[in-house]
Amino acid sequence: MARIKKAFLSIFVLFAFVALAACGPQNQGDEANSGNNETGAENTAESGEQLSGEVLIDGSSTVFPIAEAVVEEYNMEQPKVKVSVSVSGTGGGFERFIAGETDISNASRPIKDEEKQGLADAGVEYTEFEIAYDGLSVVVNKENDWVDHITIEELKKMWVEDGSVKKWSDIRPEWPDEEIKFYSPGQDSGTFDYFNEVILEDEQIVKSAQLSEDDNILVQGVQGDKYAIGYFGYSYYAENKDTLKVVPIDGGDGPVEPTNETIENGTYTPLSRPLFIYVKNEALQRPEVYNFVEFFLNNAGDMAEEVGYVRLPQEKYEEALKTLEGLK
Amino acid sequence: MKLIDEKKVTSGMKGRIFRNSLFKNIFLLATLLCLLFLIVLFWRILSQGLAYLDWQFLNSLPSRKPEKAGIYTALNGTLWMMAVVVPVTMILGIGTAIYLEEYAKKNKFTTFIQVNISNLAGVPSVVYGLLGLTIFVRALNLGTSVLAAGLTMSLLILPVVIVSAQEAIRAVPNSLREASYGMGATKWQTILNVVLPAALPGILTGTILALSRAIGETAPLVVLGIPLYLAFLPTSFLDEFTALPMQIYNWTSRPQAEFQNLAAAGIIVLLAILIIMNSVAILIRNKFQKKY
Repeated sequence: MARIKKAFLSIFVLFAFVALAACGPQNQGDEANSGNNETGAENTAESGEQLSGEVLIDGSSTVFPIAEAVVEEYNMEQPKVKVSVSVSGTGGGFERFIAGETDISNASRPIKDEEKQGLADAGVEYTEFEIAYDGLSVVVNKENDWVDHITIEELKKMWVEDGSVKKWSDIRPEWPDEEIKFYSPGQDSGTFDYFNEVILEDEQIVKSAQLSEDDNILVQGVQGDKYAIGYFGYSYYAENKDTLKVVPIDGGDGPVEPTNETIENGTYTPLSRPLFIYVKNEALQRPEVYNFVEFFLNNAGDMAEEVGYVRLPQEKYEEALKTLEGLK
Repeated sequence: MKLIDEKKVTSGMKGRIFRNSLFKNIFLLATLLCLLFLIVLFWRILSQGLAYLDWQFLNSLPSRKPEKAGIYTALNGTLWMMAVVVPVTMILGIGTAIYLEEYAKKNKFTTFIQVNISNLAGVPSVVYGLLGLTIFVRALNLGTSVLAAGLTMSLLILPVVIVSAQEAIRAVPNSLREASYGMGATKWQTILNVVLPAALPGILTGTILALSRAIGETAPLVVLGIPLYLAFLPTSFLDEFTALPMQIYNWTSRPQAEFQNLAAAGIIVLLAILIIMNSVAILIRNKFQKKY
């Protein structure tokens, strides 16, 4: 009897310790916030009034780093607005958006027709805002000395499954007679969706392609194989510039390499893609959501660049802000 | 008359000794291989993450700047979630085990339940995430709260807790129960004073190992739509939160190498929590272990 009491007591103590640790330094979060005085964000046009409330965001993991950066800055201005960002993926995010569980949905591709239909059925009105560009970068191994550029048609020929073993020499005869190793993001990702749309055009991707949801795996795959080719978001290339070789893409007007400039001014086509946030119009009636979206659009360019994406031309942000004002 | 044919014994001796040492070495090799992986894991994680592990890391919010990022919300969120998971699984899990072992009659129905529980232990964790999303997040309208996630995690580990608690209770010799009844004790008195104390070490070991699993799971949380970034702590079980494994997973998938080091530092914290929990399990087991 005494033993069992002791045992339960020790469990209770453990549990109490856990609970205590959980509730402990309650206000340190605020301190951590206000301690960050160095802020790279522009102030919004709004006055310094303190808002409160909740803003719920879900969606693409590609857009997440931008959203995280924006929220981080926003919380220094409006520490009482509780913004939370989930990462269910573009599709999963829209699902929750349709169910009315979120205010804002991040997306790394434009909304699909069936999702539009779902929103219409649910009676949810929404507005689409472009927030940044990402340049899908096609990369090969550093030791690959034969590829100097590649055309869209060649990319398609390479990546579409046609039952044969793909060799580099099949694409251009002067290229080596070696099998191509493919590395691609997984089929659930918005990155794949976009590549599918502009290159594969809904045809089956080569079966031998290694698919991974983790882009770092793709980076390592291409780094480790002389005959490999892969594609992923620009930021993954930018971080690994020394160990990867990027392939300039010829979309019809001569080969263009993805850089901040070519992606921003639109010459890197068709592989540069816009990233979006979708906002529920009804939620914009809440001052905290409106204020947050306004802040988002004002800072999206800077934040996107800081986390490795490319800003939109300034006019686009101004246009978006005008659209936003019309929804107030 | 000789009882042993010496010739036969000597002829077989060499092979037997050889086989004896062969298997010994195979088992030793298996153990060393496991150890090797563990050492490689520790070495990699520690060499990557140790430099990033400091008070500031534990006390800061996640950030786009790796040098400022921390796991404050994630660590606290995990502890909050465990504050739901621990009592719920212990009460439901041990309760079910006691019922099935001590009260329920052995018939087709209980066998059916038994088989189901064992099977549920093998269901992938994503499926539990979907279950939690349907029941707790949507149907019960708990949202992506601590409670919803905690209950989902409890469901995930309940089968393991029930099965291990059942084993522990079954291992208590029947003579003890009979002695207790013989003294005039009721069934409840017997369970409380005889069965549970004897089974406690086994129950707790199983439970705490299962809880360790709940701490490390990411998939169900992602399916539930638990936020990854938020700048506030939960103040009640109905508030939103984020958890350590999600933060780690996110950091490992970032392009910048610094974030991967942060992930390693996060893993060290997670490992530390796991080691603490497991040591508690071992301590309790040793303290209450008694041979009958």
